[in-house]
Amino acid sequence: MLFKNHGIIERNSMILLIGILLVVSIGGIVQIAPLFRIEQTIEKVEGVRPYTPLELAGRGVYIREGCYTCHSQMIRPLRDEIERYGHYSLAAESMYDHPFQWGSKRTGPDLARVGGRYSDAWHVQHLINPRSVVPESIMPPYAFLEGREIGIKDVVDKHLVAQTRVGVPYTQAAIDNAKDDLMAQADPNADSEGLQARYGGKVTVRDFDGDPSKVTEMDALVAYLQVLGTMVDFKSYEPTKAENLR
Amino acid sequence: MEPTQLKSKAMPRFDIIFTGGVAFLVALWAVFATSHADDLGMVVHGWIFLGAAILAVLGLVFTAQGTALKNDQAIYSDGVVRFGVIASTFWGIVGMLVGVVIASQLAFPELLYFKDFGFLNFGRLRPLHTSAVIFAFGGNVLLATSFYVVQRTCRARLFGGMLPWFVFWGYQLFIVLAATGYLLGVTSGQEYAEPTWHVDLWLTVVWVAYLLVFLGTLWKRKEPHIYVANWFYLAFIVTIAMLHVVNNLAVPTSAFATSSYPLFGGVQNALTQWWYGHNAVGFFLTAGFLAIMYYFIPKQVNRPVYSYQLSIVHFWALIFIYIWAGPHHLHYTALPQWAQTLGMTFSIILWMPSWGGMINGLMTLSGAWDKLRTDPVLRMFVASLAFYGMSTFEGPVMSVRAVNSLSHYTDWTIGHVHSGALGWVGMVSFGALYALTPWLWKRERLYSLKLVEMHFWLSTIGILFYISSMWVSGIQQGLMWRSYNEFGFLTYSFVETVKAMHLPYIVRAIGGLLYLIGTCIMAYNLWQTIKGAVAKKEPLSFANPNLVPAE
Repeated sequence: MLFKNHGIIERNSMILLIGILLVVSIGGIVQIAPLFRIEQTIEKVEGVRPYTPLELAGRGVYIREGCYTCHSQMIRPLRDEIERYGHYSLAAESMYDHPFQWGSKRTGPDLARVGGRYSDAWHVQHLINPRSVVPESIMPPYAFLEGREIGIKDVVDKHLVAQTRVGVPYTQAAIDNAKDDLMAQADPNADSEGLQARYGGKVTVRDFDGDPSKVTEMDALVAYLQVLGTMVDFKSYEPTKAENLR
Repeated sequence: MEPTQLKSKAMPRFDIIFTGGVAFLVALWAVFATSHADDLGMVVHGWIFLGAAILAVLGLVFTAQGTALKNDQAIYSDGVVRFGVIASTFWGIVGMLVGVVIASQLAFPELLYFKDFGFLNFGRLRPLHTSAVIFAFGGNVLLATSFYVVQRTCRARLFGGMLPWFVFWGYQLFIVLAATGYLLGVTSGQEYAEPTWHVDLWLTVVWVAYLLVFLGTLWKRKEPHIYVANWFYLAFIVTIAMLHVVNNLAVPTSAFATSSYPLFGGVQNALTQWWYGHNAVGFFLTAGFLAIMYYFIPKQVNRPVYSYQLSIVHFWALIFIYIWAGPHHLHYTALPQWAQTLGMTFSIILWMPSWGGMINGLMTLSGAWDKLRTDPVLRMFVASLAFYGMSTFEGPVMSVRAVNSLSHYTDWTIGHVHSGALGWVGMVSFGALYALTPWLWKRERLYSLKLVEMHFWLSTIGILFYISSMWVSGIQQGLMWRSYNEFGFLTYSFVETVKAMHLPYIVRAIGGLLYLIGTCIMAYNLWQTIKGAVAKKEPLSFANPNLVPAE
């Protein structure tokens, strides 16, 4: 009976087309749509904020160089991962990540909590020549980031505007001062009061790449790496609370 | 255009108006992109777009007398299919070559790395490799075969006059834009969806035209029933359109910048991305290539498809279930657990329709199994189905949460992907290309069946090297990561596990190289066939070994 009536579908391309569309829509709708009820999906935590302009530029370098092809940013709640990398990753920690960078492969280690683990100087040396600090490393060198000016420096406000359009809560003041904030974060002598007022007192201001003469992509990438996994205040987070289970 | 060409039809030539109009709009935008771009990537892409628009107009003018433009309904349009065969072979070699390069870089980390620039670094070449083999090689195979199959099974010329040519060249433009972008660091940062917003928009235009050509040909068909291969092609085309559009929704930072931010972020972005990513496998690399199976295997053995009922069940079950499987890429992540469990459940169920399709393909050989002995092209098809069966069993196993806790983030995943990509997609494509070339160029047979035989063994052995080395490295690394010593500490630092990968990485590179050599042999064989040559000392047909070689 079923097979007999299938002839109707086989003789009408539009019925076939609509049938296909219906059948392939169901799974996606059932799985994806509920995730947009944010309160059910993303934990309430203290500390997660949008990236500063310098960190956002560094994140741009991270994506441009395809770091996600070898490094994950998603610590699973498994004993060995928590001991190796730190507290398992929360959905809240990547809520402002457009695109997400959880990754799918660990040719290198997870970077979700690499922030604060190594010194800036280590990162710079490691990026210039990975094998000079980790002899067995198979990572490519990124020496060309050194001394290279940040490509999006002059249009970083446009990046913040685009971010607000996809839901990242940058204030108008943050957009207006985007370029100044970008420059200030990499210069310990600059006036960074405004930057810290906009992004919180925990924002680190220092010369990340050790080259005070200019603000480089190396500054940006190291600033991004150093903030990874450091935002959430885990003292105020109770993982077993009913509202945090999912 | 010349009025003489319009005399058979009172209708205005929408295909020419469309192609010319698109070329005009693209050129207009490109002129601004080259001069107002925010970044180098957009300058380069502006020039490429501009060049392509000019070539398109020149192409329209110079082919004005050609058969393509005359659009003679009495003959099939095979020119575009011939180009598709050549493009598939070309991009296959490019994509696999880049694969061998990055595999070697992982084994020998100083290879082709430069201090002063990054465009040959692994992170930029890896998207180039994945896109080149999936979208450039696989995509061209799908374009070429779908254009061939839909005409034969509908007994109608391709719909749309010049439109199929627009689809073909538009798709090549998409590939060039994506590839140059990756080298320049222009990427959206979402795996398998790395092309940036303007390239995505362009692909959308091309894809809509593709759907129109395909549907239009179905509408013109002289057969009452739509053949099963066309169900799969249609599902592939419309579902990829849906996945592509939803997953690439993004806000660009300006109309002339390559940078953009995707609409979804964090966990929602993750699920949308893997809904896309897994169904790029399900609909691009599976449904589309199952269509190839449903046409070429019956053709090659000269027997009907094993079971009509199984085809129906296979089709609807496969497309319904596949779409749910994405979350198995996100086990133990911050994705809510109910979604992970749903993804796992459907991934396991998916085993059944997958094997249903394999059985339908294999059993088509019933009563003709002896041809396996004499026909190396058929052997290609059968081996591809065997690898399909193997990887669609391995996939559900790896989607089980407990297995995934070991396999995820390791090379086991890479090995699994390649048993599907090299074994199933690659070999079924090779089979189709070997079958199509003599048909399209009206040659009696391939240049050399011995070379096909050699290709078959090189690729099979290459795949075995590849997947077994990845099982070793993946499972080994997974176990090392979670290994504890007697004091309750982690036994290995991360970099010790990297060191342990060295030998498997060398073996993997060798496997890939063998596979690449096989593909180069195919390219030579197809080229000689196109030229009309026949290898010396080879019987005209293995079935009639006594015939004199055609020299």
